[in-house]
Amino acid sequence: MLRYLTGRILGLLPTLLVIVTLSFLILRLAPGGPFDQEQGLSPQVRANLDRAYGLDQSLPVQYAHYLRGLLHGDFGPSLRQRDFTVRELIAQGLPVSLTLGLAALLLALAVGIPAGIAAALWQGRAPDHLLSGFAACALALPSFVVGPLLALVFALHLHWLPVAGWQHGMPRYLVLPAITLGLPMAAYLARLMRASLIETLRSAYVRSARARGLGAASVLWHHALPPALLPVVSYLGPAIAFVVTGSLVVESVFGLPGTGRYLVQGAIDRDYPLVLGMVVVYGTLTLVLNCLADLLYGALDPAVHHA
Amino acid sequence: MADRVLRLSDFSVRFATAAGSVPAATEVSLSVAAGECLGVVGESGAGKSQLFLGALGLLAANGRAAGRAQLQGRDLLGLPARELDAVRGRRVGMVFQDPMTSLTPHLRIGTQIAQVRMRHLGEPAAEARRRALELLRRVHVNDPEQRLLQYPHELSGGMRQRAMIAIALAGNPQLLIADEPTTALDVTVQAQILALLQELKRETGLALILISHDLGAVAGLADTVAVMRQGRLIECAPATELFASPRQAYTRALLEEARALAAPVPAQASGEAPVALEARALSVSYPVPAGGWGRRAALAALSEASLTLHAGESLGVVGESGSGKSTLARALLKLVPHTAGRVVWMGRDLDALSRARLRAQRRDLQIIFQDPLGSLDPRMRVAELVGEGLRVHEPSLSAAARRAAAQAMLARVGLEAGLMERYPHELSGGQGQRVGIARAMVLAPKLLVCDEPVSSLDVHSQAQVVELIAALKRETGLALLFVSHNLGIVQRLCERVLVLYLGRMMELAPAGALFAAPRHPYTRELLAAIPLPDPRLQPGRLSAVRAGEAPSPRDPPSGCVYRTRCPFAQAACAAARPAWEAASGQGAVACRRWREI
Repeated sequence: MLRYLTGRILGLLPTLLVIVTLSFLILRLAPGGPFDQEQGLSPQVRANLDRAYGLDQSLPVQYAHYLRGLLHGDFGPSLRQRDFTVRELIAQGLPVSLTLGLAALLLALAVGIPAGIAAALWQGRAPDHLLSGFAACALALPSFVVGPLLALVFALHLHWLPVAGWQHGMPRYLVLPAITLGLPMAAYLARLMRASLIETLRSAYVRSARARGLGAASVLWHHALPPALLPVVSYLGPAIAFVVTGSLVVESVFGLPGTGRYLVQGAIDRDYPLVLGMVVVYGTLTLVLNCLADLLYGALDPAVHHA
Repeated sequence: MADRVLRLSDFSVRFATAAGSVPAATEVSLSVAAGECLGVVGESGAGKSQLFLGALGLLAANGRAAGRAQLQGRDLLGLPARELDAVRGRRVGMVFQDPMTSLTPHLRIGTQIAQVRMRHLGEPAAEARRRALELLRRVHVNDPEQRLLQYPHELSGGMRQRAMIAIALAGNPQLLIADEPTTALDVTVQAQILALLQELKRETGLALILISHDLGAVAGLADTVAVMRQGRLIECAPATELFASPRQAYTRALLEEARALAAPVPAQASGEAPVALEARALSVSYPVPAGGWGRRAALAALSEASLTLHAGESLGVVGESGSGKSTLARALLKLVPHTAGRVVWMGRDLDALSRARLRAQRRDLQIIFQDPLGSLDPRMRVAELVGEGLRVHEPSLSAAARRAAAQAMLARVGLEAGLMERYPHELSGGQGQRVGIARAMVLAPKLLVCDEPVSSLDVHSQAQVVELIAALKRETGLALLFVSHNLGIVQRLCERVLVLYLGRMMELAPAGALFAAPRHPYTRELLAAIPLPDPRLQPGRLSAVRAGEAPSPRDPPSGCVYRTRCPFAQAACAAARPAWEAASGQGAVACRRWREI
């Protein structure tokens, strides 16, 4: 098992290298550069800037330099936010995004999975229709609609919660953004859970567990549920990586200082080190979480061998 | 009568479908007493399973049962879920057809047995585990301590079905319902499972209901036999009476079909036709994972098989699963690469041919597969499927001519022209296999390889497809290589039979000789395992069944691979691989003791 784990983790490194390399090249292929939007920049100043950031060197040299920095945990300076290194920016934003993302995730799990189970157990009856309809709405409504709507009702009208802001992660400030971010995820989880549980409930082994008179609760809990969780687990790996690295929309709507804007703004600004830094964080998280999902898969399905 | 354990009276099962309410079983009255076995026979779709699933409240969500189902005098219909759960597993144990899909895949065998005891008998966990071990011993599972901790996929088919029976017995039930318990198993394992049920019935006084389409299986166990057709009970009588003098024409037809499959057919003496296909010391091994980091070991699926097939001859290949019979069929057509040996077709070494020449040659070498629908491209219509080979091998043919040829071939295999525009999923299994045969035969091949062509069909279509293949062989004079685990069918269709075990040839002989006087101890075991549809003989045959399963092909025994199961094995058998010796009457056998035993 330990051997398998080391093997898997070592196997992640080449994948990560490919991701970094491709992102590096694709960013440079895009036309324009980090200082194109600066007004009235004299050619002399511009050349100096390029030299200062090493942009005047050949691409392979820049690439090698970047990788060397990465090995030492140095993501380089941000080209647009001049007083900060990329590491500082990520260190500021990531805890915010992480907190919000985990809160959204817990909410999605706590709501989505029980809702999916309930819909499967009452398949074709009123609770199922109600939950399925609700899930369809939650998936269809974009978060820039849901967010402001929630703020309008719960903050402006009822004055239960603050409209926006972060305040060092005070729970009151976390509720509305977490609901906005978690809602579509909960809906998707509920649909996944419903479909896969319906399938296992129809299986021959569940029928034979019922034939043993084990009782509805035991049949559901011991026999039907674990295999039904498999699709949920494989969805969760990439989904977690997505929510914890920050959502541009939700963070903008609620004015949260997370990392969501870095990827988008960084790409628009051609802030190469910032975008690459985010790619590394996002890529690593995705790979590690997928790896964990595979391990969990093995625990749920003994036919998957980790040998 | 008070001693009736289960009594169904005017019992009906219906399913609500989009097309309205469909009856699965109609007004059936049946009963079974303690210590008695009731056999319920009929084709698939006759409603025999739904009857008992309905009695125990296990129907699919759209099913409804009506009538009375009394278990020890108490009506089960309308019992609240909680009380029904106290009956299932406790008073009635059930064993289902496919032990792979009917055991919960992520729970250890021991856990699944212990759950029943903890639930119904209130035993503490430790005690339940101890009892689980006893139960595994009771059903003759080998290495029971180890099995307790294993998952279903780690067990062989036979061990899985034994584990299923152990679970069914865990609550000390008064009634055991076995629903096609041996259909998915090899013939030797089937005989062992039936023998176990026979032993349980004899020693425990359990009431037993055996649901099966196989009259041979029922003949060995049942005291009373009920025949169902289209949801109705058409005949019910003591077994000896029913088998000796069936009253219904349908029962007579079923019996005739079963006896035809089991009765020897005199082999047609094949004239000295030229050799069409020859395999010389053909071996196939597959890489399998061994240890971590992608290390591989070779699994010998087929080891040094040599055979000749004459033009117009039919050769049957039999053996249990894992014997290498499908591998042999595919290797002969170069559909899997062989690791050693030669395949020679009409004097030409197939290995020496270029890819283009080999493809041209394939026109003569056709195959039909086990899964009729899975082996047809789901996005092609029947007309295209049948015509595809012509498009490749006769590109000059016009589309209209191709279509006409396909239509003529479909008519020959007994399919209406109306099916031409259907997709595979719109066909029944029997129709799909006919399309598979038409697809192969439209090229007028000289060799047809049939890889378990009927084992996924129900009995009725089985007989028809076998009849069709036999007729095509007579008409066209094509050579036939027929792979099957069903010895009855091979006996009816083939002139010579090859017996494989763990990838090695055990015996090759003319069919008549092989079935009348088998030489190899393994051939004898196979023949003894065939269930005979005769209640006077079959119980005795079952009692004589020996236990034992094939070892893993990853780790075959030294010397003779059969020695670990062989009642005649000696020390010398482990030392060296037995020679392939010619025996009288065109036969050959790989056993050092065949003359003495």
